Amino acid sequence: MSNRFLSLWFRHLTTDYISIRRPALLHQPFVLALPDHGRMVITAANPLAMKEGIQAGMAVADARVLVPTLEVLDDDEGLTSKLLRQLAIWCIRYTPIVSIDAPDGLLLDISGCPHLWGGEKIYLHQIVHTLRSKGYDVRGAIADTLGAAWAIARYGRVTPVIGPGEHVNALFDLPPAALRIDPLIAGRLQKLGLDRIHRIAGMARQSLRTRFGNELLVRLDQAFGRTDEPMTSVAPVEVYIERLPCLEPICTAGGIEIALTRLLDMLCGRLQQDGKGLRTAVFKGYRVDGQVIQAAIGTHRATYNAAHLFKLFEEKISALEPGLGIEVFTLEAPKVEDTGPSQKTIWESAGGLLDKGLSELIDRVSNKMGPDRVHRYMPSEHYWPERAITETSSLDEIALDRWSVTRPRPVYLLARPEPIEVTAPIPDYPPMLFRHRGGLHKIIRADGPERIGQEWWIATGQHRDYYMVEDENGIRYWIFRSGHYKGTGPHQWFLHGYFA
Amino acid sequence: MSAPQDIIHQLQREILQLQGSRPPAPGQAALELGPIKEAFPNKTFPTGAIHEFICPRPADEAATAGFTAGLVSGLMQSGGVCVWVSAGRKVYPPGLKIFGVPPDRVIFMDMHTEKEVLWVMEEALKCEGLAAVIGGLRELGMTVSRRYQLAVEQSRVTGLIIRQQPRQLYPNATVARWHVTHLPGAAVPGMTGSSLTGSANPPLPGVGFPRWNVQLSRIRNGHPGSWEVGWQAGRFHFEAPKINLQEKVLRKKTG
Repeated sequence: MSNRFLSLWFRHLTTDYISIRRPALLHQPFVLALPDHGRMVITAANPLAMKEGIQAGMAVADARVLVPTLEVLDDDEGLTSKLLRQLAIWCIRYTPIVSIDAPDGLLLDISGCPHLWGGEKIYLHQIVHTLRSKGYDVRGAIADTLGAAWAIARYGRVTPVIGPGEHVNALFDLPPAALRIDPLIAGRLQKLGLDRIHRIAGMARQSLRTRFGNELLVRLDQAFGRTDEPMTSVAPVEVYIERLPCLEPICTAGGIEIALTRLLDMLCGRLQQDGKGLRTAVFKGYRVDGQVIQAAIGTHRATYNAAHLFKLFEEKISALEPGLGIEVFTLEAPKVEDTGPSQKTIWESAGGLLDKGLSELIDRVSNKMGPDRVHRYMPSEHYWPERAITETSSLDEIALDRWSVTRPRPVYLLARPEPIEVTAPIPDYPPMLFRHRGGLHKIIRADGPERIGQEWWIATGQHRDYYMVEDENGIRYWIFRSGHYKGTGPHQWFLHGYFA
Repeated sequence: MSAPQDIIHQLQREILQLQGSRPPAPGQAALELGPIKEAFPNKTFPTGAIHEFICPRPADEAATAGFTAGLVSGLMQSGGVCVWVSAGRKVYPPGLKIFGVPPDRVIFMDMHTEKEVLWVMEEALKCEGLAAVIGGLRELGMTVSRRYQLAVEQSRVTGLIIRQQPRQLYPNATVARWHVTHLPGAAVPGMTGSSLTGSANPPLPGVGFPRWNVQLSRIRNGHPGSWEVGWQAGRFHFEAPKINLQEKVLRKKTG
């Protein structure tokens, strides 16, 4: 089968994009500009501005003379490549091989694809129409070679779809600039009167090479299909999905388990080969009655351990309703991550945080019980007790700050300080007794106060004066007074924790 | 003369092994428990077993948490990880550091109901890579404790269960039952002179080091006892043993 290529040309890529974002600009001439040697130079102009004679490369000041109401926006240098990349990924729905043709186009290898849409004409129309309805001014062409498709998309006048073997004839009437050559060379050809490709095509290769360099010949050969042209596809993310059709509809839990085991083995084998592990997986069953049932799991660390993943799914199989039967099973890993090769240890030791058993335990717990059940804490540089710890979701994170032991901290901290009634002698002395939930506690010994100020850049409020006190039973409390000693009126005292 | 004695000791050790208590692995550091060690079979703290700590009052939980953290710090010495399973957790991670437990190596699993704690606890006890599992439970019956005991005999994980205000103390399959309560802080004597002279040097103000009354009311193949234990400078501090009549009777009963 012969190769077929499609070239897309976005005539006003960046300005179209901005018009889509800001529809108010659709009916107004505007340009994008970047500073260059101390002046603003236009990098792109929208069709309305171009109609007024404004072109890329002009200084903004000159353009303003032509159109006093010209809107000037700052250009973003990375925008073009970002947009082309996004469009290329979008185009993967039409063909798996799409490459970016900087600065304003895309090249698609469509060999064997158009018949799925009902022919090349409909195929091209569909792509171009969809892009135009989004707001992009786009032209497209299909031909046997990349070079021909590129040329027809930009310079073709007759038809955008060039049938197999007809590209040579179609190219003959185009100007030499359609060969993707340096504008300088194109200008020289034009000057010499070689204004159509068919005039060059018949000339001796040797004389063309000496006069215009090798590039022209290479481009000519590529356009006519005499040499192959490499194409780099925008490496699409490899989809990790496995599919298992069944001869008979499955309607038992045992059957589902077998299907799951097989799919897991297939998927995990592939993941292991690619050095990857999955973080989330979705198991789907397509039922006879057209319904889709599914179960999803997540793991704490990338893994390709089929036995472990099966355990995670096992809990959820009972919730799947097979109905009249399931015809097709799929298992997809939407989120995969790289994993290092696991190393076998000679001696099994208490593994620490990187132990595989621990991360599998966490997976099982969070899959069964739901999220936000497993917590690990890191020290945080705050004295305010509630902020002295931050939660981390990773097991790999190592505590960079050291846990401080210079200040006494209780082993039990109440989630919310509980108000207590206190009898305190003089300012800044610990209380003599306090009443908490009806119980009276006589204070025998005390340490403190430790004043912890509210961090004004985070929150406002009173500081706290903490005391560590011990009652007659030896029970140790962490209590604090909120704010300064006022001399008059009741003070706010709270119980905040218990010491061991 | 000593030959039969040796044989008996040998046989006793074998019986202990058959009953599931194994001496610590060569690489594993034994816990420094001073006089409490005498109470245990083989004179080593039974690791790979389930211990329960009874806390009749809410305030005892803090004392128990401190004492268990001290125990666990010994188990975590070689870079191990501890899992803390509980419902309605009040433990404040930075407060564990003083007992030698690095809080970033403790994984907290916070459940909503006791039933969830039971399941997670068993899963954690089956996980071989852990140094210890601390769980907060109210009730612990025979069935559950036996399941836990079977799990740890396989995985060699030490399980410490803090029983928060239990209603009933049914017999169960745990290896040891502890009661930890607060003791008033010992007055730290003044800096100058001898502490024996008393009134001349008033004790330093403040609450001093944590002190607990640790009672081991039940220990399989061991001798129950009661000790006054403090925590000073990153290790347990033991005061002179004090055995009262009740424990003497207990000791006689259990042999």
